[in-house]
Amino acid sequence: MRSPVVTVKELSVILGGTKILDGLSLNVQEGEFLGIVGPNGGGKTTLLRVILGLQKPTSGIVTVFGHDPVVSRRRIGYVSQRLDFDRDFPVTVEETVLMGRLSSRGLFRRYGTQDRELAEHALETVGMKGLRTHQVGELSGGELQRLLIARALISEPELLLLDEPTASIDPEMKTTIYDLLDTLTQSMTIILVTHDTGTISRNVSRIACLNCKITVQETEEITSESLSRAYRYPVDILKHRGHE
Amino acid sequence: MVDIFQYEFMRNAVAAALLASLACGIIGTYVVVRRIGFISGGIAHAAFGGIGIGYYLGVNPLLGLIPFSLFSALGIGLLSKKTKVAEDTAIGAFWAAGMAVGILFIGLSPGYAPDLFSYLFGSILTVPRSDLFIIAGLDLCIFLVVFAFYKEFLAISFDEEYAEVSGVRTTLLYLLQLCLIALTVVVLVRVVGIVMVVALLTIPPAIARNFSRNLFVMMLLSCFLCALFTLAGLWLSYVFDISSGAVIILVSAGVFLAVLAARRVSTMLLVRYNQSR
Repeated sequence: MRSPVVTVKELSVILGGTKILDGLSLNVQEGEFLGIVGPNGGGKTTLLRVILGLQKPTSGIVTVFGHDPVVSRRRIGYVSQRLDFDRDFPVTVEETVLMGRLSSRGLFRRYGTQDRELAEHALETVGMKGLRTHQVGELSGGELQRLLIARALISEPELLLLDEPTASIDPEMKTTIYDLLDTLTQSMTIILVTHDTGTISRNVSRIACLNCKITVQETEEITSESLSRAYRYPVDILKHRGHE
Repeated sequence: MVDIFQYEFMRNAVAAALLASLACGIIGTYVVVRRIGFISGGIAHAAFGGIGIGYYLGVNPLLGLIPFSLFSALGIGLLSKKTKVAEDTAIGAFWAAGMAVGILFIGLSPGYAPDLFSYLFGSILTVPRSDLFIIAGLDLCIFLVVFAFYKEFLAISFDEEYAEVSGVRTTLLYLLQLCLIALTVVVLVRVVGIVMVVALLTIPPAIARNFSRNLFVMMLLSCFLCALFTLAGLWLSYVFDISSGAVIILVSAGVFLAVLAARRVSTMLLVRYNQSR
């Protein structure tokens, strides 16, 4: 029996008088790879922020691993979309990855040999081993995104949330990252948000289309009807790899 | 050169410069990378209220300064984080209100406040030995807190949202950082005075940043630059008999501009060299 990881019931979020999410319900089971697509401004990032406990719901209930999102944070890995932080910030690649160990290392404790080994392994996984001592400002957009993925991985999360992780990555690396996510599904639950429907359909087990309200594709096959309900303009139908 | 050290005031001044540089380099680094220079200026000016209260109560003004600057730091932090008041509004309000409290209490104090000017604009050549102990104690306090929270401070400075998701109490640590700035203001008041504190907090780290791969290197370099500027300013003010605080700031600002100009020129030369190849 697979247990629920994320349970969202009748969730609404109103920000500055604008309804971002409206009466949204969603269940994510253990081991699932859920893709969330939808137009920009459709509330995808807001939904992730609610699951992370960074955004309080206006109404509705959200639980993660059966608890309040804030309580479950230590079990969640997060790859943020934000790449606009200070590029001149004096911090090295290794130091950034090690931030993924913050939740496992308490106050007053320095990062140890084990943390450094995990960091090295995570950097190797995303193909950035040689850049360990580089300053973050020297990285390209794609390298920065892979760095953020490595940071989320070394926290050894049970639930991994990714917000547009492939937005500025070249096609070759995209394949590598999706292959990596493929292997990760065996050990963790993944929720992936993107507005790029072309990349998502290959690996995910289920797709949700989000534009204020949500349409979940329970049949594991995306239909033009559900997509156009979310997008309100014609969208190409995509088929999953594995289900064709 | 050596003979100037026979004066106790000179030895005290050098000690004050070196001790102040330690706090200044470490905390200034956070001020620069978090871009909270204006908050630091607000805390420094608001702290003038503490000096006024110190005068009024007849205690060492530095002792009035410590609680009052901590109070201002927490006030500005809480007002901007926990209410809908915009940050610059909170800073502006505390900035002026703190100074008003200072002026009020100095007016109420009997007699004339002789060394008031030295708190406003610094007077490193008149630092008494007792103040050195206060400065050293605050240094130790700042150093220990930064040592304990180094990785958390790095995380909230670089990516506050991720730190929060990782379970770091970001607001609490931000308030702690503001308190450290408040203590650094106390350390620096004797050296450059309340009005010019913010320059010494920002200029050395801003220069150091150009040559630093990570925060630790930036802190070391900032401490070194801060010591260099304060000692150079001290020496110039002794030789030419001019205001030490002003000279220290002008030396710092001069080097800052020179470094920026040198970087600009070297980039241009590099581009031209690459084009000619």
